[in-house]
Amino acid sequence: MNIFDNILTLVTFLPLLGAAILLFVPANDDAGKDLARWIALLTSVVTLILSLWMWARFDNSNAGFQFVENYEWIGSSIGYRMGVDGVSVLFVVLTALLLPACVLASWTSIQNRVREYMLVFLVLETMCIGVFTTLDLAMFYVFFEGSLIPMFLIIGIWGGARRIQAAYKFFFYSFTGTVLMLLAIMAMYWQAGTLDIRKLLAFHFDPSVQFWLWIGFFASFAVKMPMWPFHRWLPEAHVEAPTAGSVILAAILLKLGGYGFIRFSLAMFPDASLQFAPFVFTLSVAAIILTSLVALVQTDMKKLIAYSSVAHMGFVTMGIFSGNVMAVHGAVFQMISHGIVSAALFLCVGVVYDRMHTREISAYGGLVEPMPRYAVAFMVFTMANVGLPGTSGFIGEFLTMIGTFQVNTWVVFFSAFGVILSAAYALWLYRRIIFGALTKESLKGILDLNLREVAVLAPLVILTILFGFYPAPILDATAASVNLIAENFSKAIGDTAALVAAAN
Amino acid sequence: MTSDIVSFASLAPAWPELVLAVGAIVLLLAGVIWSRERSTAIAFLAIVLLVAVIAVAIWQPAEGVLFNGAFISDGFSRYMKFLVLGGSAFALILSTSTAKPMGLDKFEYSILVLLATLGMMVMVSANDLMSLYVGLELQSLALYVVAALKREDPKATEAGLKYFVLGALSSGMLLYGASLVYGFTGMTQLDRIVGAIALDNRSIGLIFGMVFLLAGIAFKISAVPFHMWTPDVYEGAPTPVTGFFAAAPKVAAMALFIRVVTVSFGPVTHDWQQIVIFLSIASMVLAAFAAIGQNNLKRLLAYSSIGHVGFALVGLSAGTAVGVEGVAVYMAIYVAMTIGIFAAVLSLKTKDGFVETIPQLAGLAQKRPFIAAMIAIIMFSFIGLPPLAGFFAKWQVFLAAVDAHLFVLAVIGVLASAVSAFYYLRIIKVMYFDEPKEEFAVAPAELTAVMGLSGFLIVTYFVTVGSPLYAAAHSAAGSLF
Repeated sequence: MNIFDNILTLVTFLPLLGAAILLFVPANDDAGKDLARWIALLTSVVTLILSLWMWARFDNSNAGFQFVENYEWIGSSIGYRMGVDGVSVLFVVLTALLLPACVLASWTSIQNRVREYMLVFLVLETMCIGVFTTLDLAMFYVFFEGSLIPMFLIIGIWGGARRIQAAYKFFFYSFTGTVLMLLAIMAMYWQAGTLDIRKLLAFHFDPSVQFWLWIGFFASFAVKMPMWPFHRWLPEAHVEAPTAGSVILAAILLKLGGYGFIRFSLAMFPDASLQFAPFVFTLSVAAIILTSLVALVQTDMKKLIAYSSVAHMGFVTMGIFSGNVMAVHGAVFQMISHGIVSAALFLCVGVVYDRMHTREISAYGGLVEPMPRYAVAFMVFTMANVGLPGTSGFIGEFLTMIGTFQVNTWVVFFSAFGVILSAAYALWLYRRIIFGALTKESLKGILDLNLREVAVLAPLVILTILFGFYPAPILDATAASVNLIAENFSKAIGDTAALVAAAN
Repeated sequence: MTSDIVSFASLAPAWPELVLAVGAIVLLLAGVIWSRERSTAIAFLAIVLLVAVIAVAIWQPAEGVLFNGAFISDGFSRYMKFLVLGGSAFALILSTSTAKPMGLDKFEYSILVLLATLGMMVMVSANDLMSLYVGLELQSLALYVVAALKREDPKATEAGLKYFVLGALSSGMLLYGASLVYGFTGMTQLDRIVGAIALDNRSIGLIFGMVFLLAGIAFKISAVPFHMWTPDVYEGAPTPVTGFFAAAPKVAAMALFIRVVTVSFGPVTHDWQQIVIFLSIASMVLAAFAAIGQNNLKRLLAYSSIGHVGFALVGLSAGTAVGVEGVAVYMAIYVAMTIGIFAAVLSLKTKDGFVETIPQLAGLAQKRPFIAAMIAIIMFSFIGLPPLAGFFAKWQVFLAAVDAHLFVLAVIGVLASAVSAFYYLRIIKVMYFDEPKEEFAVAPAELTAVMGLSGFLIVTYFVTVGSPLYAAAHSAAGSLF
């Protein structure tokens, strides 16, 4: 039997196997803690290797789903179906890439209930990868919603002072939105008679039905993304979560929303997507401008980055609902790039937080002298966050803006302010933390990045710059599938327009 | 009237009931003759008896109608009987180690549980308004006594009395409804009533009778607005008894509900659908909000069970085979979760006695990580979070509701489940996020095993029991339509 017949099952459930092994690690003495850390690291690294191997075998010219597995499971409704296409394959790799970074970032900062911590992280990895690899809508829901449990525990147990409120807020925003999607999924099942995503993609839903289904899915994804004004949970969750929790939250969990918009809202409900596009554009522009302004006045580093995430996700939703090749391409790229950059920024905050135990911007200043290596890494990610050409952040924003320009000029005009504002808050943050005089006593003895931290940040620095100059690995992988989605979208709305014209 | 019983073999469909009845009487005699001190041995034998009945039901899967149409054994009754027997057997297991401190170390306890179980099996198999009532009363009378078994405890006595008075009221309503139904159709046999309704073309008197009948049953499943007894009885009764009340009797009453509405009142589906939808919405919403303010663990579980009945009724509201299938799956998962949570509650003991309130759970995760993990799993499952079993239960019932285009019900239902998440999460918050205050005793082995089994089934539902359970529920529902 060829291992590639089941590669997706392996990649998805290997972390769960690691979690199961962790159950048998003895109590939380020092040896047990170390063992738990090593098991988690090993599992996540093997998962990463497998996912890279899968990416290497991925056929870029094939727009359909690859590595497909398909079995009926519970009755006629729920099946075990796996497969990835160009849109999802990179998210699998991204998730697998960030998990070792999370484990390493928590190596010394988490000393309390280490085994449980590593366990929930591995469960979370399975849930996140599963969202991207499953081809059954019910299973998609299972993974999507299943990610709530580990994240709730991560924020609630290992979070900061106001962690309980943050965990509850995170849970209720997500859960309420998602249960409405559940009903939409059920309605789709009765309409199309299947939950197989491939068959649903080929099924044409009646436009009046699409309207309600779109709203059901929007309720879930808009909260997850998060779009303005459904983003209120995000800053709190980020601030209170431990560093690695913020990394997963920003880099992966937010992308579940964007992925869902592309896979379901755009591809399955094209008529409704067209109808709602102005609404989404409005919210996107509001997100880009308003949350950027809010980011400017933040005094907490994590909160600032959290708001900048909301703003960057505004570009993604704008791109997705423009529906053309360029814009959707840009949206996917922006999500991958933001996954790397925001994760890295949160890791950078974690580095200084581990040393100083504060995230107040005003507590820092002049770090360039004692921490030169840190200053370089932070600078790369700040520039990528701004969208400087030569970093991965530029490509995504640029593509979404070009793509959207063909659909609506005004939206792009306003979103361009977001680019300026992002430069303002990101550079100002950098200036306040890294430059200036090193006057604070407490900072004088601060140590530069150690080997473990370099090992975490260096790959992300390399990827940020690499994809800035040479985005081909990402764009090539996504091209065929994005083309297909955009083609189907324009065809579907063209068909409807033709029908309307014929009816008149 | 000629008898349809010609030989012992022709009784095959009722063998499980007969074995249980004879066994219960033998154990009663043994208890009286042997000694009153041997309650543990009797309890053990009672569990063995229940297992034997399950074995008989498996190896003798005879189906058919007996006793001039008063008793039916079909796929649906067999499915529900397994749940009832399993629920009762596990409830007895839960009470073994805690019988003494809970005041249940009397051999009558096990006998009463057996007799109640027999009543439930008759309810599940009832095919006539009379056998329905006889089964219901056998069950109820045994339960009233069990609730008040701890005589010296005023709370338990109060619970027993409350249960008895309200239960008697509901029995009266049920009887009144049954007499109206008989009066307007001239039939008492469930599958003949349906023919009379078709001819009669739904007279108002019949609908009146049906409403009373359903109100009586709604008492037994504790659906809002007939739920008032539940929190008090749950709180007052000894915890193992509460665990027993929460599992098997709910299944039996729900099975009765399903059989009555689908078999007898098929032609007036639209009429009973409205009642069920109302009961369902009222139960889900009231339970979700009322439970938030509860501090007592058992009261909280009472409201939780009211809410779950509401969710199960979402499936029945659809009035279709898919809906009944959903309820069947829901009840199975509900029993597994309920047994698990009561095993956990029973094993929570500090130096001051059994844990009764939620704040006492503070820091349980650090003191007894296994119990805390099992409670957390069950709580997440109660919320309906995938990939746990509770999600698949909700999936099946809401799938049926969406199929029947009951969108308003479905939206209210899922939002109620979001609200209910609040109080379930509170327990997890107290156990995991708060710092420990007290030391907890080590859980007895059999409770640990029951908890572990429940937790295991809930977590691995999708890969282990999900598919066979669905198939069983599918064929069970098929036998009614």
